[in-house]
Amino acid sequence: MNAITTYFKDIFHGIKTLLTGMKVTGYYFTHARKEIITQQYPENRDTLKMFDRFRGVVIMPHDENNEHSCTGCSACELACPNGSIEIMWERLADPETGKKKKVIEKHVYHHSMCTLCNLCIIACPTDAIKMGQSFEHATFDRKDLTMVLNKPGSKIRKGVEE
Amino acid sequence: MIAEEAIKEGIKTQEYFINMGPQHPSTHGVLRLMLELDGEIIKKVIPHIGYVHRSIEKMCEKDTYRQIVHVTDRMDYLSNHMNNEAVCLLVENALEIGVSERVKVIRTIMSELTRLSSHQLWWGVMGMDLGALTSFLYGFRDREIINDIFEETCGARLTMNYNTPGGVMFDIHPNFQKRVKDFIAHFKTKLPEYDDLLSDNVIFRNRTEGIGILSKEDAISYGITGPTGRASGFSNDIRKHKPYSAYDRVDFKEILMETGDTYSRYKARMLEMWESMSIIEQLIDNIPEGEIQSSAVKAVIKLPKGEFFQSVETARGELGVYVVSDGTKSPYRIKFRSPGFSNLFVLDHIAKGYKIADLVAMMSTIDIVVPDIDR
Repeated sequence: MNAITTYFKDIFHGIKTLLTGMKVTGYYFTHARKEIITQQYPENRDTLKMFDRFRGVVIMPHDENNEHSCTGCSACELACPNGSIEIMWERLADPETGKKKKVIEKHVYHHSMCTLCNLCIIACPTDAIKMGQSFEHATFDRKDLTMVLNKPGSKIRKGVEE
Repeated sequence: MIAEEAIKEGIKTQEYFINMGPQHPSTHGVLRLMLELDGEIIKKVIPHIGYVHRSIEKMCEKDTYRQIVHVTDRMDYLSNHMNNEAVCLLVENALEIGVSERVKVIRTIMSELTRLSSHQLWWGVMGMDLGALTSFLYGFRDREIINDIFEETCGARLTMNYNTPGGVMFDIHPNFQKRVKDFIAHFKTKLPEYDDLLSDNVIFRNRTEGIGILSKEDAISYGITGPTGRASGFSNDIRKHKPYSAYDRVDFKEILMETGDTYSRYKARMLEMWESMSIIEQLIDNIPEGEIQSSAVKAVIKLPKGEFFQSVETARGELGVYVVSDGTKSPYRIKFRSPGFSNLFVLDHIAKGYKIADLVAMMSTIDIVVPDIDR
């Protein structure tokens, strides 16, 4: 007799626990409109905005005169753990003072090697590079992932080096 | 032995080997388990590791101490803040510099948020391993909110690299406190749902209760730490025994269970989520003012000659970092004592005599992360 009672008790307890779980899923099924959290990603591309600090890619901001603030000090190159930054620089004579000084030729950034650790941004003494918010970096050719960050014809902004 | 019995009974059985993984979904990554089976009964489990070995320890020998921090994100990617914190604490202790109270509190809150998000993912995946896909979606829904909090303050969702030797990388975002408080209020209503969905479910209970029992003595001798060890009654919480950061000033319980079966390991993690939330609640309203980066740390960090050790409690157990320094800017040798590695190898001990389906449940509650094991 006792065994039969426990048998039926177990069955009813089992059904009860299953119904408790189904109540939760049932709530979300009927309140789908209110509880929805998914985003329709490719469709909402225009309105999608990443957070300000989001680290997507290293960029070098240029102002309207095509000027940047990179002095070519190689601090970012040294701080990088993966060797994803290479700075090609040369010594050119300053047109005003005639003194020779360091000028970057190319600030090469290998996005394919970058782990987006932010150490180069912290190391930069003149805030010449920063993290960009773009995140769609898939390409068909890995050459596209090697970028030259300074724009052609750009030069250093006056007053940065002081 | 079995063959003899079988011959006596006139049934011919044969032991055989089967590979579980490296592409099996329930091994949580590329882990290969060689199972010696008799029918469906497990005789022996031989884990084969090394499929995602990246020689992180060797890589660290050429990196500076600042650069080492970001590599530790890639070990146990679900406890990334704690891994970072371990290296940072080691460097700070070796240089004998302190960090401000603000940094300590921020680090503690971040660690507990990471623990919550790790346990949410574990809960979802545990349900999925046992055939309940619903829990996976629910776990990820709540984890998404934590990920957004991290993204806003740290700038990344998984590999944060937020702690630096001597402080943290950025100050907390102005929205941080409000978002965390909203999340705690939200998750307090959702955690009972987790219990309704899975903990009390009769199928789940029958598949976990009394399965894979690990005694306290075995837990100690195998070096099982974290919630897995605490479920067997082995008190091993580093946060309690060797408090670091702000854990000495918060009031929380170390969750200890007695039975040590799969269900108690599950329950230990569920209760730990409540404790993590209580820690965050105690700290979030009174984050003291202070500098976020200690000025005592130079740009090039050189540790003094000697050996240093620091352990922290990650979501999976005790992570130890051991550094031998020869006085230069990179370590001479670095060794990570990862919790996943020790916890995995108890599987052979606890799985003997159970069925393959039980092995999946056991593996889920041991909560292994394969990159943490392979490093």
